Amino acid sequence: MSERINKSPIGPVAALVIGSIAMLLPLGWMLLTSLKTFPEVLAYPPVWWPAHPQWNNYIEAFRQFHFAGYLRNSLFLVALNVTGTLVSCTMAAYAFAFLEWRHKNILFGLLLSSMMLPGQVTVIPLFQLYVKLHWINTYWPLTIPSWLGCNVFGIFLLRQFFLTIPKDYLNAARIDGASEWLILRKVIIPMASPALLTVGVFTFVGSWNDLWGPLIFLHDERLYTLPVGLMNFIGMAGTAEGTPWHLMMAVATTMMLPIVMLFFFAQKSFIEGIATAGIKE
Amino acid sequence: MASVVFEQIYKRYGTVTAVKNLSLEVRDCEFMVLVGPSGCGKTTALRMIAGLEEITEGRIKIGDKVVNDIEPRDRDIAMVFQNYALYPHMSVYDNMAFGLKIRRMPKSEIDARLAEAAKQLGIDQYLHRRPKELSGGQRQRVALGRAIVREPQVFLMDEPLSNLDAKLRVQTRAELIKLHRRLGITTIYVTHDQVEAMTMGDRIAVMKDGVLQQCDSPMEIYRKPVNLFVAGFIGTPSMNFLPGTVTESIDGELVVDVKAFTFDIPAEHKERVAGMKGRKVILGMRPADMFDASLKNPVGVSARNCLTALVDVVEPMGDIVTAYLKVGDAGVCEVDLVATLDGQTGAKSGAKMSVLVDVSRSHLFDAETEEAIY
Repeated sequence: MSERINKSPIGPVAALVIGSIAMLLPLGWMLLTSLKTFPEVLAYPPVWWPAHPQWNNYIEAFRQFHFAGYLRNSLFLVALNVTGTLVSCTMAAYAFAFLEWRHKNILFGLLLSSMMLPGQVTVIPLFQLYVKLHWINTYWPLTIPSWLGCNVFGIFLLRQFFLTIPKDYLNAARIDGASEWLILRKVIIPMASPALLTVGVFTFVGSWNDLWGPLIFLHDERLYTLPVGLMNFIGMAGTAEGTPWHLMMAVATTMMLPIVMLFFFAQKSFIEGIATAGIKE
Repeated sequence: MASVVFEQIYKRYGTVTAVKNLSLEVRDCEFMVLVGPSGCGKTTALRMIAGLEEITEGRIKIGDKVVNDIEPRDRDIAMVFQNYALYPHMSVYDNMAFGLKIRRMPKSEIDARLAEAAKQLGIDQYLHRRPKELSGGQRQRVALGRAIVREPQVFLMDEPLSNLDAKLRVQTRAELIKLHRRLGITTIYVTHDQVEAMTMGDRIAVMKDGVLQQCDSPMEIYRKPVNLFVAGFIGTPSMNFLPGTVTESIDGELVVDVKAFTFDIPAEHKERVAGMKGRKVILGMRPADMFDASLKNPVGVSARNCLTALVDVVEPMGDIVTAYLKVGDAGVCEVDLVATLDGQTGAKSGAKMSVLVDVSRSHLFDAETEEAIY
């Protein structure tokens, strides 16, 4: 015991500090760039601190960039995707974890194997499929899959979590008179909130940052999401001097805020774990 | 209230048969204990009544109704689980009211039932708490309360006391018995603890390897075990078993020879043993039927069956003393015996003592079939 207490924590702390700096440096650079003047951005050797922080960059960026429209589109897709993923993955995971049906494990294996396929491999057949469905340049390709349980990782994560919930909870509820649907809603979902939150956050981040899907399936600028809009900034907002990086970083910083806030608020639940005090092990 | 009847029940998991040909009637208002070692099929049998396990073959009736294909919620049963299975995100009130709300019972009636059950169980001051804020004993009461408020036809209890400490277990045992008397609800109670079985059950059903060995009142099972397994399982410390042979003594009487010594066959059983000369048998003696010969002899115990034993270990318990004895010549025909002697005994480790055996209460089992001869 005394050995543990006396052991110097300098090594691990130093490693953590170095790791944190490596992670924060690009973010810091982004934030600082968003406050620089354009000449400061292009200056060589690089200027770390802006001489006079240009808060106006943010106003200017939003004036040039259709932020409100893109934000609305992004939020719309995120809301649909997070809801769809949570609903479909929870139901699928419940069936895989708790219900007895033929070839359940084979199907689960097949489902997992689909995770091995890189998205790029399936994009052409998917595109052809959506063309035939007349879904191109609509939000259907970006939302319907999440409602159909296409987030295999989410199903896997929730199933694994559900399997750790003692079966006696379900049995007690069944004897109490609950249907499977009621058990899912009243017993399993409240107990699985940390796992659901994790899947929700992953989906939020994935959908919020998704450039690939909207870029391929959307043509109409009015439908663009923030990442696609941001990318277009490089080409469209180009001035005689080139891409206005300071304005782009201002938009990128703003885009990052919801994610940072999400992690900030969800962190406690992430580490809290499930309260299983009703079951005495 | 209702009876529960097992009619030739089988439960198979692939090639493994967990319950074999179980036929048993639990009478209306009876407290039946299913007891046996781990894997004997007792919990499977209980779960089949609850509808949590499918029945492979046979019929289960609750009251007059065959329930094989009836959903658990429609069987009018309530179950108390070993780990309580209280929903951690609900308060005690919500845990207890869960089943009633599902049945769309009016809130006033739910409140009335809960108030009564909570008062009976002494948990009325914890209704707003979450399970994690309760002690093990309190959680156990809540689990019980959740079953009581349902006012079911049958209570099913799956080792509900096994997570409590020894003192609380004894206390709760008594409370459960009182509760059963007060409510008069047919109760089927699963345990591996034979003390719980003996003290709680109106009748006990002893199971082993999925087969019902014996079902009778606790004292009848204790006094007349039908086979070696039941004899060894019921009673603490376990019955002493001594392999031997039925032989004829010098005076022409049939006796049991266990090498270290010979034993008379009680007069009332002589007829059953007649013609068994040379048969390999196992003699069974309960530790409580052995006495310190230096103390006053119990009434009716003949001084004829007296052994000289070396006391190996002594465990004083106050009113009684458990003595581990060695009888016979070391390395030749030495046998180990356990005796629960009167607390007044002077038995000391390493010393010799004389032990009287009440042969009238001894048991004899066929060594081959392990069935009781008497």
